[in-house]
Amino acid sequence: MTPLNLTTIDFSWLAILPLIALSVGAIVVMLAGTRVDDEDSAALGFIVLVALLAAFLLTMFELGQNTAAFRGSLAVDDYAVFFEVIIIIATALTVAMSLEYAADAGLAGAEYYALVAFAALGMLLMAAAGDLIIIFLGLETMSIAVYALAGFIRRDAKSNEAAIKYFLLGAFSTGFLLYGIALLYGATGSVRLTAIHASIAARTAVNPLLLLGLGMLLIGFGFKVAAVPFHMWTPDAYEGAPTPITAFMAVAVKLAAFAGFLRIFFTSLDPLATEWSPVLWALAVLSMTAGNVIALVQSNIKRMLAYSAIAHAGYALVGMAAANGREAGGAVLYYLLAYAFTSLGAFGVVVALDRGAESHAQIDDYRGLARDHPGLAAAMAVCLLSLTGVPPLAGFVAKFYVFAAALNAGFTGLVIIAVLNSVVSAYYYVGVIVAMYMREGGVAVESMSRRPGLLISIAVGVAGVIALGIYPQPYMGAAVNAFASALGRPALHAVSMLP
Amino acid sequence: MPLTLLIFVPLLGAAAVLLQSEERSVWISAFIFSLIPLGWSLYLLAVFDPHASGYQFVEHFPWIPQFGISYHLGIDGISLFLILLTTILISLSLLYSGGGDIESRPREFCFLMLLLESALLGTFLALDLFLFYVFWEAMLVPMYFLIGIWGHGRKIYATFKFVLFTMLGSLLMLIAIIYVARAARGSLGYVTFDLPELYKIRLSATEARWLFAGFAIAFAIKVPLWPLHTWLPDAHTEAPTAGSVLLAGVMLKAGAYGFIRFAIPLFPAVAVEAIPVFMALGVIGIIYGALVAMVQPDLKRLIAYSSVSHLGFVTLGIFAFDTQGLEGAIYQMLNHGVSTGALFLLVGMLYLRRHTREIIEFGGLWSSVPIYASVFMVMMLSSIGLPGLNGFVGEFLILLGTYFSRKVAVYGAVTGLILGALYMMWAYERVMWGPLTKAANVTIADLDKREIAVMLPLVGLVLFMGLYPRPLLNRMQPSIDALLVRVKDAQAEVQREQVVASSGFLPESAGATVTADVRGSK
Repeated sequence: MTPLNLTTIDFSWLAILPLIALSVGAIVVMLAGTRVDDEDSAALGFIVLVALLAAFLLTMFELGQNTAAFRGSLAVDDYAVFFEVIIIIATALTVAMSLEYAADAGLAGAEYYALVAFAALGMLLMAAAGDLIIIFLGLETMSIAVYALAGFIRRDAKSNEAAIKYFLLGAFSTGFLLYGIALLYGATGSVRLTAIHASIAARTAVNPLLLLGLGMLLIGFGFKVAAVPFHMWTPDAYEGAPTPITAFMAVAVKLAAFAGFLRIFFTSLDPLATEWSPVLWALAVLSMTAGNVIALVQSNIKRMLAYSAIAHAGYALVGMAAANGREAGGAVLYYLLAYAFTSLGAFGVVVALDRGAESHAQIDDYRGLARDHPGLAAAMAVCLLSLTGVPPLAGFVAKFYVFAAALNAGFTGLVIIAVLNSVVSAYYYVGVIVAMYMREGGVAVESMSRRPGLLISIAVGVAGVIALGIYPQPYMGAAVNAFASALGRPALHAVSMLP
Repeated sequence: MPLTLLIFVPLLGAAAVLLQSEERSVWISAFIFSLIPLGWSLYLLAVFDPHASGYQFVEHFPWIPQFGISYHLGIDGISLFLILLTTILISLSLLYSGGGDIESRPREFCFLMLLLESALLGTFLALDLFLFYVFWEAMLVPMYFLIGIWGHGRKIYATFKFVLFTMLGSLLMLIAIIYVARAARGSLGYVTFDLPELYKIRLSATEARWLFAGFAIAFAIKVPLWPLHTWLPDAHTEAPTAGSVLLAGVMLKAGAYGFIRFAIPLFPAVAVEAIPVFMALGVIGIIYGALVAMVQPDLKRLIAYSSVSHLGFVTLGIFAFDTQGLEGAIYQMLNHGVSTGALFLLVGMLYLRRHTREIIEFGGLWSSVPIYASVFMVMMLSSIGLPGLNGFVGEFLILLGTYFSRKVAVYGAVTGLILGALYMMWAYERVMWGPLTKAANVTIADLDKREIAVMLPLVGLVLFMGLYPRPLLNRMQPSIDALLVRVKDAQAEVQREQVVASSGFLPESAGATVTADVRGSK
């Protein structure tokens, strides 16, 4: 047997060790699950947390490498690290939120934690993907795990509905995506992102196959990031899924989808920016407007946050439409970072009220929360104000950054629409604060001291919201560097972010 | 770090208040923490150099250098007294609220009051557009909670209206702020949010008009100028007393201050063009506010509408663009803060005793509560501008300043003055004079020691500012003159450019190069 020739396939432990750590963790959870009672399933959660910690530490070694491995299939750059770190944090917080929730809601079992770990594995692959096949692989690994997680409350009709709807529409969108990948391959002769870029940049006339592929990809990613008009699955899936999984879908899944979306569109399809930028413009306007307006009339907080998540995808698309492959794309990355922490904090509070068995997810259930649980109410208020975009919180700086980038690219009209949307959104975010602080009634909430995992998740979310808002500079720098690394340009230092 | 102290001591106080468990210690610690900025601002007043026109006690540190955003604070003759007004009114409101006006959740109340103080002071201190915007929006949040939690009646409707109106304005301003900062690249070669730096940039006339509109709408909503005032009567009426005092006393001033500090000096040429618009809106506000106030059955709502009228005067004074007018405008801002703040406190005291604010429920209070009635009379006379009291100085200066440039506006404003005297005195008559017809009014208690302690400094200020305005006006004048020089220069430049343009030499547009660059490298 001849030994594997490592030089020709460009083997890199660095690129895959985080993935290996997470897979090992997931497999250990599955094996250990056969020996552990359902009541002790929290121990399995800790195994996943350890695996995530290992993956995090291993990821940190990739920082500043800015190379590719496996002949360009996996990127080892700051862009990948940026998304991987957020995804790992979001997954860890999801697991932490689940520790007590899963037991309460009867979701205990090794499968739950293993599926979360496998989903995270797929997300990491998407963040680091250097070719379309890896993106597809990551997307499917992630999606299949999350389909199952959405329907994890087996006896609950809503959860089943969520899973079926998410699965059917998800599979449909995957079909589009795959079709798009095939067409791109046909038009350019490669699945490697860099090769596709070179092929498109070299030609003068636009190949119709290419445009068709581009459109298919847009639809596929539109589904995954829940942009209007591809958002139909979102409210039902978010409402029916177990609440920690809703948080997972709203944050980690969305970020992973954006990681792939941004990388494909900015590193390989950027010569076609004039073609896709107007489409993103329209998607951004539709997502913001429909998301915010429909959120106004929701009485269920999970559905409201689902529409809010759609609207926030729209804000991110504003940055994307405007970035045009420039360093200002860092704005989109920063936006997603701020959104991740804010949403995690907000969903943490939703988990706190939602006991699993009896679901308290109506906005009316939040009445009087400030009186009995001032800490929880304050955390929720901070997150909602951040989602509204009130300074000095993360959401404000993120919106500021995206709007600045868009204005800079001359998209004044788009920014005005976005701003008007922010005003609309204030109405429903503030509505929850009104319920918590200015009305009486509501439901009894279990003391937080019994739920340390949840407490920590909320605290991390809120701390992130405040830190990103008051001292955004280092994180902005990280976002800009990450984006620059994906474009294969040297890291920027102390260069103005507004070109 | 003299100014950072002003912003952070209240924040520290807010944190300290949260740690208190007893109600009494909450009020005491909050009051003490509000006295520190008050004392400190008095010290700043003492060491303020009255002859300098520039910013004093300046602090300047980079904050987000990639964006050209810095932590830049400073005081000049315009902001100095607004800061004092804020610190004084916060302390007095806390002192008053501890006396029974706020019964539920005192800890949260004090926490929010101190947060509000920090945001308000930051708004008046900030010399960086981004920093200013942060404080400007941040002051919305505590005020929103103050109205929503401790307010009366239709408080939730009032909070929604207040938040949505103000947010709409300020977000449009945010776009303008970003645009201005970006435009600095064309003139200065770098992006900056620093106000003194931005004074130097050049914008095309169209750009400047749009940007001025972006700023002006946000400020006009806050002032509020007619017809953007509709949030005010609801918010002021439903707010708890301390909230009304700070809304009317300080927050409205932030709008007028925004015009003086940002909108006008950044776009002086447009501001000059816009004089007729603002004069007209100001006069309409004066008369409309007075007429609507006249028919209000609710005493608090009456005072709320009188604010619309008074702030119309301020607008008039600002857009007179001469020394007297602007001095009068700033003086009137302070007057309105003191006297309307005091009137809201007085109405609050009455409400505590009778649980109603309907004018028809009162009558003849003079004989049952003489101290209360006399304090009310001083404030009422100050509000209508009786010579010898503070209101007269401000209104007189405004009319004097406006008279030279816009006589028509003065006629309107004087009509408003007469109407103002009318509705105030009529309300006073119905509440204080005549026979005591309601039994409940016979037994009500007069002002207690705490309430006298709250009102005494305000009465003192009314008299002092009415009799001896010089120390205040002297300190304002250098900064105002510097602003006016800017406006006059811009005016002259516009005329010069018009001459050049008409003779066939079109000046090159400053903004065109930036956009060309963005498009070109796509």
